[in-house]
Amino acid sequence: MAVDQNLKIELGKQGIFVTTIEELYNWGRRSSVWPMQFGLACCAIEMIATTMARYDLARFGAEVFRPSPRQADLMIVSGTVTKKMAPQVVRLYNQMAEPRYVIAMGACAISGGPFKQGYNVLKGIDRYIPVDVHIPGCPPRPEALIQAFMTLQKKIDGQHLTGDDRPRHLDPNAQGEFPVPEQGEHDLEPPSNPGVWPVPITIR
Amino acid sequence: MASSPYFSLAVLFVAALGFGLAPLGLAWLWARVFSPQKPNAVKNAIYECGLESKGDAWLQFRSAYYLYGIIFLIFDVEAVFLLPFAVAFTGLGAAACAAMLIFVLLLVEGLAWAWAKGVLTWQ
Repeated sequence: MAVDQNLKIELGKQGIFVTTIEELYNWGRRSSVWPMQFGLACCAIEMIATTMARYDLARFGAEVFRPSPRQADLMIVSGTVTKKMAPQVVRLYNQMAEPRYVIAMGACAISGGPFKQGYNVLKGIDRYIPVDVHIPGCPPRPEALIQAFMTLQKKIDGQHLTGDDRPRHLDPNAQGEFPVPEQGEHDLEPPSNPGVWPVPITIR
Repeated sequence: MASSPYFSLAVLFVAALGFGLAPLGLAWLWARVFSPQKPNAVKNAIYECGLESKGDAWLQFRSAYYLYGIIFLIFDVEAVFLLPFAVAFTGLGAAACAAMLIFVLLLVEGLAWAWAKGVLTWQ
């Protein structure tokens, strides 16, 4: 049972620190999110700038970009996802350990962006994998990525250990495998994952 | 037992062991009890930068390549020493030039021997 917020503040004034296992657990999780080290296009330059001294993502405990998906919690899809690249991105997402989070960075990653009309660009990575935070921008500034990061931290903080909104790794029924699309004759097969992205109904 | 002079050391040893093993045990317990594992074929596949791995990683290289590697070292080391030699050439005395010539001669001798043995022809 969570402690009443006002009571907690009152106790804090008296020098008594009250917490719950859930709070401690989520504090640990949100303060050590390790992104995966991979970039797709120009947004990746901004992502690199975010990790460097001027913007210093290390303040949020996320400076350790892991070169292997096995050690990463966060996938920052930074840049244009071409249809050639999409299967690899989905496979990498599958190979990450739970709990895993995704930030779709930039106009291309969230919708295809300026290349939306192109034959070879995926119109948003959220067609295949569940995206937690979308950042618009072309490319988004490092401040935007930091803001997205703080949004993700808030999301992690809000997750309960039990109940419907528990994180994926505590939910035995959460979808574990996300099908990797294959190159079809004209498009990726399937063109989207209906479990992740409900295909909009066209009304003519 | 408590009167033994080594008793405090034993206590410290057990404490140190527990300090190291307890986090590991807790992590193991957490993984076993609280987080259900969801393995699947894609997740357990070999990590190959997102691509599907093809074939076996346990390849055998031809041993002939090993010879080429060794002979390459002749030129490699020679170049490393020849460059500073050439830069400092005008300021060098006769003894230094002789030493360098002997060094180059040794390497050339090795190359000539390898050539005579027919190592330079790819089989």
